[in-house]
Amino acid sequence: MAGIVGYGAYVPKYRIKSETIAEVWGEDPDRIQKGLGIMEKAVPASDEDSATLSVEAARIAMKRAQVSPSEIGAVYVGSESHPYAVKPTATMVAQALGTIPNLTAADLEFACKAGTAGMQMCMGMVDSSMVKYGLAIGADTAQGRPGDALEYSAAAGAAAYLIGQDSESLAVIEDTFSYTTDTPDFWRRSKSDYPSHGGRFTGEPAYFKHVQGAFNGLMEKMDEKIENYDHFIFHQPNAKFPKAVAKKLGVSKEKIEPGMLVPTIGNTYSGNAPLALANVLDHAKPGERIFVTSFGSGAGSDAFSIQVTDKIEERRRDGYPLSHFIENKEYVTYAIYAKLRKKYKGM
Amino acid sequence: MKESISLTWRRIPERYKMLGSHCTTCDAHYFPPRMVCPACRRKGKIEQFEFSGNGKIYSFTEIHAAPSGFENQVPYVMAIVELDEGTRCTGQIVDACCKDLKIGDPVEGTFRKILSDDPEGPIHYGFKFRLKK
Ligand SMILES: [Zn+2]
Repeated sequence: MAGIVGYGAYVPKYRIKSETIAEVWGEDPDRIQKGLGIMEKAVPASDEDSATLSVEAARIAMKRAQVSPSEIGAVYVGSESHPYAVKPTATMVAQALGTIPNLTAADLEFACKAGTAGMQMCMGMVDSSMVKYGLAIGADTAQGRPGDALEYSAAAGAAAYLIGQDSESLAVIEDTFSYTTDTPDFWRRSKSDYPSHGGRFTGEPAYFKHVQGAFNGLMEKMDEKIENYDHFIFHQPNAKFPKAVAKKLGVSKEKIEPGMLVPTIGNTYSGNAPLALANVLDHAKPGERIFVTSFGSGAGSDAFSIQVTDKIEERRRDGYPLSHFIENKEYVTYAIYAKLRKKYKGM
Repeated sequence: MKESISLTWRRIPERYKMLGSHCTTCDAHYFPPRMVCPACRRKGKIEQFEFSGNGKIYSFTEIHAAPSGFENQVPYVMAIVELDEGTRCTGQIVDACCKDLKIGDPVEGTFRKILSDDPEGPIHYGFKFRLKK
């Protein structure tokens, strides 16, 4: 069985408040904050992209795992904002970590769940002894069209998971289950700067159907029940959806609270569920069980059943916890935000 | 600013991982790396050395008139950093402006884009520094 040998998460320093964005478009900030449940979101600096965020998160994961970079046989970076259209982010990341040259590497893309897809690939490779360790990263510097509802949520962040044998893991991944269909709820054509979405269509037939499909699928496969888990993480496109799906499934509010990051950092897309898991692992006790369900538009969900081992405490002593990056913040105006995100013509 | 692809490629180890050199004869560290120890000359034995990226600000300045390719980043801070291993190097201090900094402040290495101004060209990545909190 495979597990998490090391993990790390990173969020850029800059934040923009929902009310700052609302002011520009003449929206009622209260309505946005209450409706989406997002107070502010993380904004990358002008010299940050998905590759640099990945390296930041992965360096923390490596520090915690205390594994030689040469033992990592696979690096997968999941993102919908890869810096190049053609040239893998995973090559820059592998080079910066020193895992080169004896490894396989590739970029993944599945809207907000490309990071968890990478975790599953690494689990399979570890279980089949193809590699000793595999590194799966979810990273994004997501952009919303100016004035669109997504502008309040599209944020930046990354989380990295070093997957290896369960015997040396800080958390064992007991099982995983996925649920995938062709659902056009959100997309971006290759030459568009910003994504398009199906409005109301993003809810019931997309998010709720797939999250519940993966959740129920894994529960049934493992013959498990909700009472046996201490924490639940559901993908957070906003604060409303994960709360609603938890209620539908009968998961209490308290059990989703530690992983709720979207109100303070926004939706980090491929980093979303992986960052939430990092925040839960930062505080988890040995023996606790975590149920994670990611979601990616297009659409699909990956569910994981995870149990924390007694190695967690010594491993997380090294490297910054996610709260270090969440608390170290600086607010920017809309004008500076537009500069950092290169929204001005001629930049 | 234009840098040839071959030069960028040769500098990747130095820029991505702060790979410098160390003279085992006199224990001096060099960054950027040197092939020969200037102190020991022929007696020096040079090995590859990975710097931690940790250090202190030795001096700094805020750039307002940037070289071509860096115009969109102004204002930004350039500093000479005294690395913990005992040598100095020049680098950008990210996520900060002059009023956030003072000489002697501890910094740590970070990985950022250095240059990406040419939409048709390669993206250059490498180390920069940020305040250690
Ligand atoms: Zn010497």
